[in-house]
Amino acid sequence: MLEIRWHSRAGQGAVTGAKGLADVVSTTGKHVQAFAFYGSAKRGAAMTAYNRVDDKAILNHEKYMRPDYVLVIDPALVYVADITANEKDNTIYIVTTHMSTEELVASQPKLQGKKVYTVDCIKIAQETIGKAIPNTPMLGALMKVSGMYDIEFFKESMIKVLKKLPQKIIDANMIAIQRAYDEVK
Amino acid sequence: MADTMELRDIEVWDGNMAASQALRQVQVDVVAAYPITPSTPIVENYANFTANGYVDGEFVMTESEHGAMSCCIGAAAAGGRVATATSSQGFALMVETLYSASGMRLPIVLNVVNRALGAPLNVNGDHSDMYLGRDSGWIQIDCYNPQNAYDMNMIAFKVAEDHDVRLPAMVHQDGFMTSHTAQGVKTLTDEQVYNFVGEFKPMNDMLDLDHPVTHGVQTEEDWHFEHKARQQHALMTVVLPKIQTAFDEFEKLTGRKYNLVETYNMEDAEIAVVCMGTSVETAEEVSNELRAQGIKAGVVGIRVFRPWPLEQIAETLKGVKAIAALDRSSPHGTVGTLYNELAGSLFNTGTNAVLTNYIYGLGGRDLTKAHLVGIYNDLKANMDAGKPTTPLQQYIGLRGPKLSFF
Repeated sequence: MLEIRWHSRAGQGAVTGAKGLADVVSTTGKHVQAFAFYGSAKRGAAMTAYNRVDDKAILNHEKYMRPDYVLVIDPALVYVADITANEKDNTIYIVTTHMSTEELVASQPKLQGKKVYTVDCIKIAQETIGKAIPNTPMLGALMKVSGMYDIEFFKESMIKVLKKLPQKIIDANMIAIQRAYDEVK
Repeated sequence: MADTMELRDIEVWDGNMAASQALRQVQVDVVAAYPITPSTPIVENYANFTANGYVDGEFVMTESEHGAMSCCIGAAAAGGRVATATSSQGFALMVETLYSASGMRLPIVLNVVNRALGAPLNVNGDHSDMYLGRDSGWIQIDCYNPQNAYDMNMIAFKVAEDHDVRLPAMVHQDGFMTSHTAQGVKTLTDEQVYNFVGEFKPMNDMLDLDHPVTHGVQTEEDWHFEHKARQQHALMTVVLPKIQTAFDEFEKLTGRKYNLVETYNMEDAEIAVVCMGTSVETAEEVSNELRAQGIKAGVVGIRVFRPWPLEQIAETLKGVKAIAALDRSSPHGTVGTLYNELAGSLFNTGTNAVLTNYIYGLGGRDLTKAHLVGIYNDLKANMDAGKPTTPLQQYIGLRGPKLSFF
């Protein structure tokens, strides 16, 4: 079982990102689950979304999770949300930030000694999609760090997931995914 | 003529989308709705299908849930296939009209996305609204995941509309835990679904002007009792066999097997938990882990909550030594509903099983695998002692001092 927790602000697309990832993974014959904690959802409020992936049917519906990957798509949540909650020894963190990995870890001691990767999904999204929607670039970074799928296969699959959007937006998302894949460190 | 929609063999849908797609595929004549979290996307998606030409029927926006169900009752009495969706406070506002729908023998399908009842206000999932509906005369079918939400809608229409049944049916799914959780759903084509449920055949419909009928009559002392007895007779004698037949046909079509009472690891189980909704599947996973340690742990899931499958439950739990009834609703002044139902089912059967009750998950509070392991540990102690080693009713997952009664 592979388990992923997203830290996001409501409106940044973590739910869409989690569902998009589930959609792609499902086409490869694996079983998937994507869900989120909403609370009284207000745009901008800190929230979490989750993915489970397994080779067999997923029966577990508990919200409690010890994630293999933690994806943080809003830079400030590193300081205000409990991003290391229920972590494992080998939990991998991918964080959206303008800082280098060293600067980030120095600014948040909780991440010291952890496997941390950084990529500026906000900037990438602004420069490609034209809006600070960092969800699809984060998936590009996840593909690089996890080696889950070949990036070309992943992009082709994401085109199908995004098919209802205008072609221009789909193209911009593909550039954003590739850039995050190339730039994550 | 409505457009058909091409679906992939497996779609990643949440429970709400699964229910919406089933409503589209059975081609409902009238959906009258007033949206409420977490069931809103069911009617929102359906309105989208209607606007985009995938539905021939009418979509009616009403002023309240009471109005929505009243509109459904009118449309069903007129002679149409009718459905809607609601949750929580909206369900509570519908209650008066629910009794009218069942008393008038109108086969409406209501998707209930289970949610807590306020106060305090809470949008998350528990079974308070499902339990509120249990004496309303409706068939109540429960789902554990999005696939169930898709499949059980088809079963609900097929059974409710059967001329031997003619009773309304609720399809329940857990708010957020199913309704907003995306999982793989194996789909059927539009044609397969429509053929499985069949064309709607009205009975005593008001728009059949050659055969005038009266709906919504007043009976008083002379006939009221006889009407209620006929309704109970249909619920008690006809519905469960019809659901079983529908399950059998559904298995032939899809390979997916459903049962009135779902069992998991129960063949030689010594201890068992009985529950509903997503908890059933989480408990299944825990029972697998306990089996690996040599503990004979099983799970019983209630698939049909009304009519209550009393004899099937008694048969299923025959030979089990310690049983936990898990209720996701505050019983407010007594033991939990499932505890009562199980006690009623097992009494007079000669069982020596120890039966205890757990209240859990109110307002969406997580039911963790660790909680379930704790419950099974209690059950094992009860089995070994041959009597309860804990209070009869315990609250689990509650912060602060432990709470228990009896």
